[in-house]
Amino acid sequence: MAMRRGRPAGTLEFKDVGTHEGPLLVVDDVHTSFRTARGTVRAVDGVSFEVHEGKTLGIVGESGSGKTVLSRSIMGLLPPRDVIRSGTVHFAGHDMTAMEDKELRQVWGAELSMIFQDPMTALNPVKRIGVQICESLRLHLDMDKKEAVSTAVELLRSVGIPSPEERVRWYPFQLSGGMRQRVMIAIALACAPRLVLADEPTTGLDVTVQAQILDLLADLQRERHMAVILVTHDLGVVASRADDIIVMYAGRIVERAPTRTLFSDTKMPYTQALMDSIPRLADPSGARLLAIGGRPPDLINPPQGCRFAPRCPYAQDKCRESDPPLRTVGSPDHLFACWFPLVDGKSTAPSVPVSLSASSSSAAPVAGASDPDPTAEADA
Amino acid sequence: MPDDRELLDTNSSTRMLGNRIPGTAATDEAILDMQQHEPVDPNVEPLKKRPFGFLFWFAIGFVTVVVFSAVLANLLPLQNPNFGNYSALNQAPSGSHLLGTDDLGRDLLSRLVFGARVSLIVGFLGVIIGLVFGGTAGLISGYRGGRIDIALNAGSFIILAFPAIVAVIAIVTFWGASLFHITIILGIATIPLMYRVIRASSLSFAQRDFVIAAKTMGATDTRIVLREILPNVIPVTVTFSLITVAGLIVIEGTLAFLGLSVALPTPSWGNLINEGTANGALSTNPYIMLWPALAMFLLLWSINLIGDRLRQRFDIREGLL
Amino acid sequence: MGKYLIRRFLQLVVVSFVISVLVFMLVHLLPGDPTTQILGANDTAANRAILLKQLGLNLPLWHQYTIWLNAAFNGNLGTSYLNHESVTHILATGAPVSLELIILSQILAFAVAIPLALVVSRKPNRALDNISTTTTFGLLALPPFVVAPILVAVFAVGLGWFPATGYVPFNQSPATNIHDMILPAVAITAGSIAVYFRLLRSDLISTLQQDFITMARSKGLSNRRIMWRHAFRPSSFSLLAAAGINIGSLIAGTFVVEALFAMPGIGLALVQAVEQRDYLVVQGISLVVAIAFVVIQFIIDFIFTIVDPRVVRE
Repeated sequence: MAMRRGRPAGTLEFKDVGTHEGPLLVVDDVHTSFRTARGTVRAVDGVSFEVHEGKTLGIVGESGSGKTVLSRSIMGLLPPRDVIRSGTVHFAGHDMTAMEDKELRQVWGAELSMIFQDPMTALNPVKRIGVQICESLRLHLDMDKKEAVSTAVELLRSVGIPSPEERVRWYPFQLSGGMRQRVMIAIALACAPRLVLADEPTTGLDVTVQAQILDLLADLQRERHMAVILVTHDLGVVASRADDIIVMYAGRIVERAPTRTLFSDTKMPYTQALMDSIPRLADPSGARLLAIGGRPPDLINPPQGCRFAPRCPYAQDKCRESDPPLRTVGSPDHLFACWFPLVDGKSTAPSVPVSLSASSSSAAPVAGASDPDPTAEADA
Repeated sequence: MPDDRELLDTNSSTRMLGNRIPGTAATDEAILDMQQHEPVDPNVEPLKKRPFGFLFWFAIGFVTVVVFSAVLANLLPLQNPNFGNYSALNQAPSGSHLLGTDDLGRDLLSRLVFGARVSLIVGFLGVIIGLVFGGTAGLISGYRGGRIDIALNAGSFIILAFPAIVAVIAIVTFWGASLFHITIILGIATIPLMYRVIRASSLSFAQRDFVIAAKTMGATDTRIVLREILPNVIPVTVTFSLITVAGLIVIEGTLAFLGLSVALPTPSWGNLINEGTANGALSTNPYIMLWPALAMFLLLWSINLIGDRLRQRFDIREGLL
Repeated sequence: MGKYLIRRFLQLVVVSFVISVLVFMLVHLLPGDPTTQILGANDTAANRAILLKQLGLNLPLWHQYTIWLNAAFNGNLGTSYLNHESVTHILATGAPVSLELIILSQILAFAVAIPLALVVSRKPNRALDNISTTTTFGLLALPPFVVAPILVAVFAVGLGWFPATGYVPFNQSPATNIHDMILPAVAITAGSIAVYFRLLRSDLISTLQQDFITMARSKGLSNRRIMWRHAFRPSSFSLLAAAGINIGSLIAGTFVVEALFAMPGIGLALVQAVEQRDYLVVQGISLVVAIAFVVIQFIIDFIFTIVDPRVVRE
């Protein structure tokens, strides 16, 4: 569905889709910390990556890994006070981190938009969904009311909402969870942005609905040559839908690779643990859920050395003493931060105290687990 | 999404209040939300412990001074509040009369201090009556729902709708205006207010999972109300009660205006103010009105401030900002 | 929605009925009767008996009640024993005055409270917020009977800007009418400002924390638009509910200022009638005032069904 591109003149210029040279989004050494009563929480502690037009990046991590803060940092939607930021975010050649609110507002919704996790709270409960869609359209694309409404109806149709002409006048509470999320997608895509940040778009939805939503997103993305960043705790979600995957832990990137490579040549023990904790249909019934022991580290006083060391079954003294840098070996696409990366699923650490599968402890938050897409290629 | 009971509430104002009262369901949900997301949600900061602040302690200090001096009035070196020194009429503050005298030569300071008793008793005891009856009813009503709820709700609505002055005037005239009678009447007037606020609060807690959990473990209703709901309802109640105390003190003053409060010569701040403003007394001797008005102003202001600061402390959501 | 409204309406009727009974009973519990006032010097036992019979006051209470109620349905609320005006007439002349006072005061209250709350809720707990909040407590500490004399002393007697007493009907001279009402209206506004401001502020703060506000930001909407179109709407509900109750209680609560400023409203009439045991006037006014309260609640509920889509959808 082609979108009109008659934008009112702002002070920012964006080249047409497809003509942009270089990466669409460049995140460079971004740090985001929050000042709290207990200390300064380093939620995002040095993250850099790039996203190209039309590609999908998956960002995976447990609760507390900093992924949501990262997505908000990219957008620039952080609270005004008690936040310390450094690093830059370049979007389509513009430095977002140097922009004032006024300029950011030209970008938000129009070129860069966000899909929120919980559609029940992210949609204004007392406004009709049509109105919430039309707002963006009229603001950024300068449509008049009639045009906006008919565009909104078309948008609803394209996200798979039946009888959109009627439902455009509905209120959020009248829709089911899956439909609300579709509405969110419609709103996010209304002005045909170049990049969409989807922050846990399927958490809380039924499994079948999850797949539908993700498929929908993928279809729309292809149509519009849009870039997507999928932020999730669920490896299964990104397994077949992302071009590249970043694994975050304790505010940092611990591994990054194109999807296939990540699954076939996993280097970080943490990533491996995430994969192992996904229950499989093929497992015998009654098999124990593999969980990663321990809890995420304290982000106010992170441990010296590798942050995953306290929970890593292969940890050596070197790991506890010094922080492994993010590096590549061999292929430049695959980055990882580990002193003793895995090779063919086995640790290269000198002494291996126990194998990973026996380290399941009861008090651990189960990371990366959910009912996976049965067609995932995650056969490590 | 509000549950059926709330939607079909007989008076939606209560329902709305129930959704909006701080320290209740909304707060809990926010906390539970926080724990499901990452610990550092960028939209919400962990609790900052803000000190109460200078004004708060000043307010507490003032209230304490007032309460103590009223309670211990008999022991303090005060002059007789009803004794009129006819050679010292309408005097400005001086060494022998720290706040001056009124048109009958009575010492204003001692009248002020003794007058405080009426205001304080009416305020605090009235609220206590309201809490005991209205509050209990509200707790049960919010928790149980059903017919009891509808009946009590209708009853409280009727009491609220009834023009209070008529009732007060009627009863005071019937029974006479003594401190006791006035306190009782105002106490009864507070019952529907307490009922509604506590009911709304109780209602929102009654639906929370921890209450259902307690039920499934076999706890009796009484136990649930006392051990689960009541502690959660207390913060809101404290704040609202303080505000109501302030309100009752004002009402006493209004009654005095109509000549329906404690009869002169017994002083109350209300009738002192009335004395001081009637019949051009304001121009003759502004001090008669000034001191009780000032004292009442400071007391009311202090009570409201204390109530609000306490609410801020208990309302985790607001503290987050 | 129709069913909901009908149900509320029935409640209105029942409550009104119960109130009428209560009012009647209460009034007749008062010791003494109007005969003392009416007879004045001719107050003898014999005369009193005759008068009581004339006025129908010797009938059993329930009988008096039904007579009264019957007449009320026909629009006849009786006549004042003392000045022989019909109760309806007293209401008709007094109500506009009281209503105007209330309306003026509420307009003032909203005009101050709403903008202040909107500004302050964006940056809570900062300087402006703290000042406003503390000042508000001061407002709550200024009841009408304290404020009114001070206002009169300063603005009427001292500066001479406004009259200390007096009322000019609206159709005679709108300008003077409103001008004369300003002081009394201000005297009763203090509490309303405080209540509305606190309520709206706290509601706005909590609404602004919701996800849909961040979402609205992420769409590129301006802050002003977000405040007005997204935040204010949901927050105004509790304001509406509070206004309903506030106005309801103000209806009979204006008597202090009416007395002080010599405004011929129904508050004053009511108080005088009670003191003089003018039964029919008391009953009539009380009934109307109470029903007005209930009707206002009903109207507010009705407004809610229009404004808040979450309220009962059938």
